[in-house]
Amino acid sequence: MTLLDLQGLTKAYPGVVANSDISFAIGKGQIHALLGENGAGKSTLVKTIYGLVRPDAGTMTLEGAPFTPTDPRAARAAGIAMVFQHFSLFDALTVAENIALGMENPPKQRELAQRIREVSENYGLPLSPDRIVGDLSAGERQRVEIIRCLLQDPKLLIMDEPTSVLTPQEVEILFGTLRLLASEGTSILYISHKLEEIRALCEHATVLRLGKVVGTCDPRETTSRDMAELMVGSTLMTPKRDSETLGDDVLVIEGLTAPAPHQFGTALKNISVSVKSGEVLGIGGVAGNGQDELVAALSGEMPVSAAMVSLDGQAIGHLDPNTRRKIGLCAAPEERNGHAAAPDMTLTENALMTAKTRLGLSKNGFLDWASARDFALSVIDGFDVRTPGPETAARALSGGNLQKFVIGREILQKPRVLVVNQPTWGVDASAAAAIRQALLDLAGEGSAVVVISQDLDEILEIADRFAALNEGTLSPAVPTAGLTMERIGLMLGGAHDMEAAHVEA
Amino acid sequence: MDINPILLLAALMVASTPILLAAIGELVVERSGVLNLGVEGMMIVGAVCGYIAGHSSGNPYLGFVGAAAAGAALSLIFAVLTQFLLTNQVATGLGLTMFGLGLSSLIGQGAKGSPDLTVSKLHIPLLADIPVVGPILFQHDVMVYLSVAIVAGVWAFLKYSRAGLILRAVGENHDAAHALGYNVRAVRVLAIMFGGACAGLAGAYISLVRVPQWIDGITAGAGWIALAIVVFASWKPWRLIAGAYLFGGVTVLQLNLQAEGLKIPVEYLSMAPYLATIVVLVMIRAGRAPASLGKSFHPST
Repeated sequence: MTLLDLQGLTKAYPGVVANSDISFAIGKGQIHALLGENGAGKSTLVKTIYGLVRPDAGTMTLEGAPFTPTDPRAARAAGIAMVFQHFSLFDALTVAENIALGMENPPKQRELAQRIREVSENYGLPLSPDRIVGDLSAGERQRVEIIRCLLQDPKLLIMDEPTSVLTPQEVEILFGTLRLLASEGTSILYISHKLEEIRALCEHATVLRLGKVVGTCDPRETTSRDMAELMVGSTLMTPKRDSETLGDDVLVIEGLTAPAPHQFGTALKNISVSVKSGEVLGIGGVAGNGQDELVAALSGEMPVSAAMVSLDGQAIGHLDPNTRRKIGLCAAPEERNGHAAAPDMTLTENALMTAKTRLGLSKNGFLDWASARDFALSVIDGFDVRTPGPETAARALSGGNLQKFVIGREILQKPRVLVVNQPTWGVDASAAAAIRQALLDLAGEGSAVVVISQDLDEILEIADRFAALNEGTLSPAVPTAGLTMERIGLMLGGAHDMEAAHVEA
Repeated sequence: MDINPILLLAALMVASTPILLAAIGELVVERSGVLNLGVEGMMIVGAVCGYIAGHSSGNPYLGFVGAAAAGAALSLIFAVLTQFLLTNQVATGLGLTMFGLGLSSLIGQGAKGSPDLTVSKLHIPLLADIPVVGPILFQHDVMVYLSVAIVAGVWAFLKYSRAGLILRAVGENHDAAHALGYNVRAVRVLAIMFGGACAGLAGAYISLVRVPQWIDGITAGAGWIALAIVVFASWKPWRLIAGAYLFGGVTVLQLNLQAEGLKIPVEYLSMAPYLATIVVLVMIRAGRAPASLGKSFHPST
């Protein structure tokens, strides 16, 4: 039984064909995966189904009848519901108000609150209707979106990258809900580039590349590697080290303690660890356990006592970011738009901002635009950043491309120490592999690299040693070779070795 | 010193009404995510149009209707510029104020009024006869009560109605509201026009009731005070009344003190209401502004 049939959908934007002659069908009660790299045309296709984009050519058929939604309301009325990648929620409003906004004819507040409680219990998604959305965790916010969809009894539920912000436990809960929905006859279009998840959840996959359907498969019987190569269109490389020669300690953190910088921050408590030349240190932990604060203390955004951080024996804890860059410590924070890069400025300007000191791109207070442009071009070429040129605004780049640019910009400054936070967050498989390889190459050239990440597989893949960050304290670093997931779980939970229990009560 | 506290409090309500009217309009505009700094300009155009409409028709209530229409019409210029041509809201709002001040001068040249035109005071049966409370609260003209009714209406609209929820949603996150299929521009244009109409009423209250005559620059910065009071009130309707009455109270008090011949230079007394507003704004912790306030929205696909 086919629910939604797409025939020859085409949509072109100036300069790029986002969707080209796309045809596939989604069956009733089917969990259908839509796979593709960033820029493959997944978002455009989904927006077409949801009525946000009108196709240039092609037809859609919903349950045998022509389906041409003019806006999201029409799509919702026809039984299409969508959970967005970037949650379309209103922080200052309550859960119930947010849900009411997504419904055509919401019932009275009290009745709605009752229905929210029913649905949240039936599908194992605990949620209180009276809470303010701004106070919820990422997982809870996603539940708001899902319940908003479920209250309308959708025929097709579209999930756009739903697990990128969830903890493993939350992912399990979500999958349970989706399987239950599918068993009740709801079709699900699941968009992701996390292949293991698709293999665990979906029964059919359509793969897009550069706006075209390049293949279909049954994810349960296809390996992740085969699917990834179908997505990328070429063989996927696994990051590997050329040489592993460790030198002396380069970065030494000694008793790093700092109060929480703001109300929702985490205090750093007596963190001590050192990183050798040529070594990659992976720091794992659930978000909000001090990652941002640790990066700020290392990059110089949050100055600490001089002796707490030292580089090649020189105490640098009190220095500002530019002075640290000059000495050789570069950093790339987690948030690409607005922290690592200024969204409305060009790539050249963004390159200038961190590379100015180290590469001497300004003289006597005047900027050397020619050299800055050359540097930006070398980042673009060296790290395969897909962009029309260095004069493009940073915000115009897709997440993966901007991330490659940000990491490349720091790596090409040849730092003694590079600190990166979530280097491959929201980045597709091939870009992530390229970034990881670049980090390993940098270590291979004798730099010390600190990778802070919530992606444990990533840390196990590239780090030499692993340490867990938990409520602002850091466990002792242990070699990643032979480290089991069980042991990592214990470290993340805060059950450190006894000698590490230097947490003040 | 023989300032009569009853008369003082009664005068306070009258003095506060124009600010309250302008502020409640701006509150709705800001809750929809638009910062319109043109309140002063819309007020003064409302003042002159209300004055002319009222005196030429001989009916002060037609004056108020005309003022509201003029305020809304002026705000429509702001709406088109900021919502469709995506101009900067701050610059456009400031421009609207300058424009309004000049336009009102032009319209008001030779405007004549008759001394007979008055807005009659109500005498609410029973309530008005209560000692002390009666003269303070229940012997005012209908516009004083209308201003409080508008505040109550806005509060109920924002809290209980679906349209109010959509307006708050648009002000909070216009991209998300658009993604859900709401017409961000239409909501904002309507909110801006409501704000303009309220500012027009506020201006007409000054030229028809409070002063009552037409002089250039008659609003004397009341529109700016209204803007400040919206922040003071943390974008919550009921708190506007406290803010407006505080400003109105200091204004009336300083007028009475001047009349008493207090040995303080008059200029200091005239400054007092504005200083009081600034001091209060500094001392209180402003609440959370609508997240999309002042940001331009473009419905790109």
